[in-house]
Amino acid sequence: MKAIWVLLLFLLSLAYFQTPQLTAQDWVVTGTNLGNQRIRLAAADFKAVGSDPQTPVLKNVFDTTLFTDLSSAGIFDMVSKSLAPQTTPGSPQQMTPAQWTAPPASAGMLALGALSADNGRLAVYGWLMDVTTAGSPPVLTRQYNEQASEDMARTLAHRFADEIIARLGGGVNGICETRIYFVSNRTGSKEIWVMDYDGANQHAVTHLGTVSMSPRISPDGSRIAFSSLGNEGWAIRMFSLDLGRTVGFPAGTAGGSNLSPAWSADGEKMAFSSARSGHPEIWVADAGGGKLHQITTFGSDVSPAWNPRTGAQLAFVSGRTGEPQIYVMDQDGASVQRMTDSGYAISPSWSSSGLLAFSWNRKYGPGDPGGQDIYVMDIASKRWLQATHEAGNNDFPSWSPDGRHIVFQREINHRTQIWTMLGDGTEQHQLTFSGDNSMPNWSWK
Amino acid sequence: MKLRIALLTAALALVALTAVSGCNKKPKPLPSAETAPGPTVFVPTAQLTATPTVISAGDQVQLSWKTTNAATISIDGIGDVPSVGVKTMTPAASTTYHLVARGDGGSADASARVTVNEPPAIETPSTQMSQEDEFKARMQDIFFDYDNYDIRTDAQSTLAKDADYLLQHTEVKVVIGGYCDERGSDEYNLVLGQNRAEAAKTALVTAGVAADRIRVISYGKEKPFCTESNDECWQLNRRDGFAIDR
Repeated sequence: MKAIWVLLLFLLSLAYFQTPQLTAQDWVVTGTNLGNQRIRLAAADFKAVGSDPQTPVLKNVFDTTLFTDLSSAGIFDMVSKSLAPQTTPGSPQQMTPAQWTAPPASAGMLALGALSADNGRLAVYGWLMDVTTAGSPPVLTRQYNEQASEDMARTLAHRFADEIIARLGGGVNGICETRIYFVSNRTGSKEIWVMDYDGANQHAVTHLGTVSMSPRISPDGSRIAFSSLGNEGWAIRMFSLDLGRTVGFPAGTAGGSNLSPAWSADGEKMAFSSARSGHPEIWVADAGGGKLHQITTFGSDVSPAWNPRTGAQLAFVSGRTGEPQIYVMDQDGASVQRMTDSGYAISPSWSSSGLLAFSWNRKYGPGDPGGQDIYVMDIASKRWLQATHEAGNNDFPSWSPDGRHIVFQREINHRTQIWTMLGDGTEQHQLTFSGDNSMPNWSWK
Repeated sequence: MKLRIALLTAALALVALTAVSGCNKKPKPLPSAETAPGPTVFVPTAQLTATPTVISAGDQVQLSWKTTNAATISIDGIGDVPSVGVKTMTPAASTTYHLVARGDGGSADASARVTVNEPPAIETPSTQMSQEDEFKARMQDIFFDYDNYDIRTDAQSTLAKDADYLLQHTEVKVVIGGYCDERGSDEYNLVLGQNRAEAAKTALVTAGVAADRIRVISYGKEKPFCTESNDECWQLNRRDGFAIDR
């Protein structure tokens, strides 16, 4: 009997030591498409055609990628593979709609098709069918014929998924062929890296051997602006993806810390923080590095972000009153408005529809162990929702071009990795696993 | 038999408890005081470490120290130092650094031994070495409070000494590096480091040092001196460091 009590005491003490410090959190659940029925979509495995040994491999890559793309789009109620009929219709004629509309699949739409590799060519035929209406014509018919490779199988799945998403998702283009630029220390120094939106194809872009950070891809996808440490301090540098090397950006090299570049949506202007006057302020130059002018004067200003919806407004971080807060101003520096009232608020990013995402610790300070979480705010009403909850320190949100997804960095136990989620915080997925990876920036298209 | 199981389980639980609470530092045995001091008098403590402990001649070592309850702290060969600090030294020969901390409650000392191996064959100009040594010995780091770039009182007296050195050696140009602890955002900490470095520059210029002899660079939290996550380490990282600008 006594032994049981000792054991209980031991378990209780274990529980006491292992419970993380709980902080009071009001969990607000909001999101897009709430109240609307999401389209119930099934993606059949594609039918392998022919006997080329490459076909099964490429088919597997294609099927997996297509399903993941459609699942993570955030606008479908996907029929999981385990609930789907074990048939692989290779064309609309081979499909039996009742198999797909019946429970448990209960699909409304079905993506299907056939795939074959032949003499180094990869041919894919894809259809999107409305299975609820018998005899209705295909919603979508697509044919692809490319060089056969696993990369191409993945690319074609991305393209087909984007077609389906654009057709069923209210005309907003999919993001399956977008890229995410980020900082990684995997080569021993912090360099700029890039990966596909789903974490595939991670590789280094710069090899400078110093500390590089804050990558921002230009709207046309041709140049990366970033900040890099040299003998004279921090300079804004520009990497041309067309030329494969850094190119000049004269405005970014003068003395003082030059940090956190930000492109305007038309690609013609660049805002960044510079301390060349002695205080960190927001400056704006044209994309070639000329016509530099200062637009803030209060000091401790950094991390500007242009509103792509209006093209005339900037959000930024300022420590002018103490802890950093989010502010919004016109692009000439007028009408400065503070958006956060307390805590530690950093790293604003504006969606294409004008929603502001940022990182915020609302209960910041000694003895106040609040979480650093991603928030989304409508700036007109200053209403916000909290997207991440009680999982590490979350920072550097960056919106996907469709305005539905956010990529961000999450630090847990001193390891920082890159994650994605939907704008309401659901569907969180980790994209990086090796080294430390931070400061993600989603491409514009 | 039952009793034995109970005793065994209790012992196991005790072991497990100790393991679980192992993240807490083991309490240090209180320093034994021969004469019972008044309740408000605390015996000073001192720690001094050198990293690395074995170097080649011409290499640098980082001395870091921490004291408590001491009014005056000095290190042989360096002189009076703040209660907590770090310093880069370039000892020419094997050296035992010795720190003495004196306070109302008595004194404590600590030492750290650095072994210096044979110098490399290349001769270095002795005048330059001595300037470098003197710079490092006299230009002391200053430390900051959390998320703040105000010059503290202890840093004011350090900066006054730093200014004295620079006023005596008008040929020396200096780079001030502003550093932050690991908490908060990368980008905002670079702003904070910039402000910290600028604050020291302003103080040195006010003391009469020509502004064009001083350059500032923010390192934010990119080049931490200390990589543990605790208050002591964070304090060591919230600092301005000085280097000769060549």
